Amino acid sequence: MFDGYYNAFWFLLIGIAFVLVNLFVSSLIRPSAPDPVKLTPYECGEESEGTGFVRFNPRFYIVALVFLIFDIETVFIFPWAVVLKGAGAHVLIHMMIFLTILAVGLVYTWGKGDLDWIRQPTQW
Amino acid sequence: MVQWLADNVFKMMAEFILPFLASWTWIPWYTIALLHVAGVMIGVISVLAMFLIWLERKVSAHIQNRLGPMRVGGWHGWAQSIADGIKLLLKEDIIPAMADRPLFILAPVIIFTASFMSFVVLPFSQYIVVADLNIGILYVYGISTITVIGIIVAGWASNNKWSMLGAMRSAAQLVSYEIPVGLSLLAGIMMAGSLSTVDISLQQGGGIWNWFIWRCFPFSFIAAILLYIGALAETNRTPFDLAEAESELVSGYHTEYSGFRFSLFFLAEYANMVVASALVVILFLGGFTGIVPVSFVPDVIAGPFWFLLKTLLLVFVMIWIRWTLPRLRVDQLMTTCWKYLIPLSLVNLGIIGLWVSISG
Repeated sequence: MFDGYYNAFWFLLIGIAFVLVNLFVSSLIRPSAPDPVKLTPYECGEESEGTGFVRFNPRFYIVALVFLIFDIETVFIFPWAVVLKGAGAHVLIHMMIFLTILAVGLVYTWGKGDLDWIRQPTQW
Repeated sequence: MVQWLADNVFKMMAEFILPFLASWTWIPWYTIALLHVAGVMIGVISVLAMFLIWLERKVSAHIQNRLGPMRVGGWHGWAQSIADGIKLLLKEDIIPAMADRPLFILAPVIIFTASFMSFVVLPFSQYIVVADLNIGILYVYGISTITVIGIIVAGWASNNKWSMLGAMRSAAQLVSYEIPVGLSLLAGIMMAGSLSTVDISLQQGGGIWNWFIWRCFPFSFIAAILLYIGALAETNRTPFDLAEAESELVSGYHTEYSGFRFSLFFLAEYANMVVASALVVILFLGGFTGIVPVSFVPDVIAGPFWFLLKTLLLVFVMIWIRWTLPRLRVDQLMTTCWKYLIPLSLVNLGIIGLWVSISG
């Protein structure tokens, strides 16, 4: 039963091995001439100010939060979708109730302005 | 397929050469066969990626009324990608002094391995599939998401503002478009009642009119289009290539990468294009089944032929779109996904669910 996952596991190992072997082969034939200027970050020729670990827009967190809700929803729908064919009306109705709740959630987020990249003040 | 290869090719060949091997029961024939299959798959991915890079350059050139690569190798510069690959292998490998070294090294490995592992479940024919997992589609959906981690790690580890911005944008974009992709995948899964890629393809056998794209017309068609749009975003292709918007972010999360590490990002991008197109083909365009019910050539040849033909056609459309449409702004990107694609795919899912429930 787990044969397929055994294959996938070996593909993981082979993928990593492919990268390592190629990096090793490349390290034998490529030049190496380090230079302090060469090792600075490339920011269009300007000398870089501070580190690259800058603060970023909190919008990304909101996107990640909304994504989590919807992605978990998708995971819940997957097993339902597999058994739906020929399962009868009640299976469909249950999922429709679930989807309606989610759609209400989407509309709420939308109304709150959290789906806009530049957030407008709450409209209602 | 691997079991068959192990029993009928490797074991028999070895016993033919060295007869006493037959009594050695501890030799892991299955794993030996699997290693060869994995090696062949790496070859297939490399050749496909090199061909697609060449194709992209030629197509873009002809769209812009140029000729593109013409010199290397003779006929229309067919060896250009090979030359570029060797060049990248010979280039100096620069790791910036301020970079987060272990993560910097790890990122291309994650990205390449994730796209490589997706190839496990791609069915080239009914039997030519590395592993026909019973959760095939869910597996691809999950494994291809690991790319996001690789991109964030690459952007963070580079210690470069362009990389960081590119990685954050890319992550936001990839996770957003994951949802319409998932909801559209479900349309095909509901119609097939299975997650196995081989099973889904087989159910569409018997000609072009049996493909899922025509079922429940036009809603299945809409699901296929949504899935394709999502696939464009998931592979960071124009019009969704904000992650590497070269006019503003140099080249996004792989700005600091050079040499072979850089080529891994490229390899993974083209491999992902193939996987994304292959998903559309498996779920809606019949997978490895032909456009007519009769077949005059054995399945071993016809299956890979149809599968690769359909997949590469979709990849060609991706290239075509890239060189035709301009890039979206970041707010337009989010609006497109959250306000158009997700409501549309939710409604579409409900309608197809109703149709499957009634007709099935």
